[in-house]
Amino acid sequence: MNGWPSEFFIQLLNGIQYGLLLFLLASGLSLIFGIMGVLNLAHGSFYMVGAYLAFWLAREIGNLWLAIPIELAMVLLIGVILESTLFSRLYHRDHLQQVLLSFGLILIFEELRSILFGDDVHSVPVPPLLSASIPLTGTLSYPVYRLFISGACLVVAGLMYVVIQKTRIGMMIRAGSTNREMVQSLGINIKLIYRWVFAIGVTLAALAGLIAAPVSSVYPGMGSQILIICFVVVVVGGIGSIKGAMISALIIGIVDTLGQVVLPEFSGVAVYLLMAVILLWRPQGLFRVA
Amino acid sequence: MRIGRFILVLGAVCVALVPLTGATFYVQLVSKIMILAIFAMSLDLLVGSAGLVSLGHAAFFGVAGYGIALLSPKYQAASLWWTLPAVLIVSAALALIVGLLVLRTSGVYFIMVTLAFGQMLYYLFHDTKLGGGSDGIYLYVRPEPSIAGYRLFDLEKPVHFFYFVFVIMLGVYFLLKRILVSPFGHVLAGLRVNEQRMRSLGFPPIPYKLGAFVLAATLTGLAGYLSACQFGFVNPEMLSWHYSATVLMMLILGGVARLHGAILGAFAYVLLQELLASQALFGAIAKHWQLGMGVLIVLSVLLLPNGLASLFDQLSRVRPTQTSQ
Repeated sequence: MNGWPSEFFIQLLNGIQYGLLLFLLASGLSLIFGIMGVLNLAHGSFYMVGAYLAFWLAREIGNLWLAIPIELAMVLLIGVILESTLFSRLYHRDHLQQVLLSFGLILIFEELRSILFGDDVHSVPVPPLLSASIPLTGTLSYPVYRLFISGACLVVAGLMYVVIQKTRIGMMIRAGSTNREMVQSLGINIKLIYRWVFAIGVTLAALAGLIAAPVSSVYPGMGSQILIICFVVVVVGGIGSIKGAMISALIIGIVDTLGQVVLPEFSGVAVYLLMAVILLWRPQGLFRVA
Repeated sequence: MRIGRFILVLGAVCVALVPLTGATFYVQLVSKIMILAIFAMSLDLLVGSAGLVSLGHAAFFGVAGYGIALLSPKYQAASLWWTLPAVLIVSAALALIVGLLVLRTSGVYFIMVTLAFGQMLYYLFHDTKLGGGSDGIYLYVRPEPSIAGYRLFDLEKPVHFFYFVFVIMLGVYFLLKRILVSPFGHVLAGLRVNEQRMRSLGFPPIPYKLGAFVLAATLTGLAGYLSACQFGFVNPEMLSWHYSATVLMMLILGGVARLHGAILGAFAYVLLQELLASQALFGAIAKHWQLGMGVLIVLSVLLLPNGLASLFDQLSRVRPTQTSQ
């Protein structure tokens, strides 16, 4: 047990990286829910779509960097199409119907994935530019790509904050979540805003899948697995609170990662147990926005 | 409504006659559907009357299944008379604990929290050695209903099992029907529509919701017990949220807040699934039946928001006016 402090340090960094990735996903989920009131269970499917598109484009084009803009444009288009054909019809219906619609979409995405890519696990190569490792001790080192993931998530989080809090469009989005009719009567096209918020929310999920793919590889069911953890993040953080989502994503990322090292048998349960304790203490999450 | 009731009775008689065909495949298929119908009806008590959408209900189904599998001695039949109540008590006790926690939340939070609790129990069985891990465990011998050494019926025989499930399904249907028109049922309906008003009328929401949650979980446990008996096998998938969502889908497909909707939905869903997965009809694509199911789910949400039972309600409403004219 000579190198355990550095081992612990590495796992902590991994936990933070996982947490930041969860934040990227959860913020998309919470954006769509907070603004449109739509609970989109298919959010995890977009994570999967992002990862599989990265796998496919990286194989076809051979360059992950070039794949990024192509992929994001594709997902944005899928988001716009889904919102205008399906989700826009459900804004006035109750959550039950939205849950079912998105469950149907999960089945469709999973089966399309199975038809197009089969049921095997595939790995995605790390881009050569970021494939180096930083040596920590004689035997341990930390891959640069994982640091890149953390950095990219932080950049996106910062961009989101600036857009939502500091720009005119952000103001319209915030106003639209508070009072849809009022915003509409002020001459703002709220339908257009909803469409783009939905498309950008799912694109964030796909982006998370894209940048996680080289680390996590792509496999069947990856969307469902991460979706549930995202729910835990949102519930623990409190719906509508970006700060809460950030803090709870980091807590859960670290607990999950360290749990897998310390208590591998109970790592699956640890996160949910944590959620149960937090709910007992604060039923509305850590940072509730009234 | 008289015609509606007539169709229901006719449907029940048709189901009861299925074993006369002598085809074991259909007897077993319909038994499976009836078990799912019990599950869907108990979920309807939560979703339809109390307005609590749970995505973790399969946890109770799975825990009850594991209950009977773990309680049974390996090569001997356990007694039905004590294993069934024991499993139901375990389901109810678990629901009491989980319910106290999850009912602190409401709305979308409730959906997500029940889902997370369901997954917690899923991982408990999936990752630990408690019930054979991800492989699950076998129930080699089905429980035996015997009185003073005399075996009343034999659950190993598909036809006996069929009628056993049939009677239980009818029992659950009438029990829930009775509960929905009782004062308790009315309070639940009131809480669904306007919780604030019910509270000011002097009905505290939590005890009523908790009662519904525990009752629904106990009846789901009953379905889980029957399901483990039918297949002789339990695995963590019984607890997964996909299972909860599938049963919720049956309920919506059939029609929420009408008990016969839950039964109708279970039949429609499983028969559709059999149809889409039939190799004779769809050949190689049959393997990907979930694609067709997903499309049907999306279409049914868009086109049939009140479920199949709403078509059926229209039917039974139209006919009497035609005859009176």
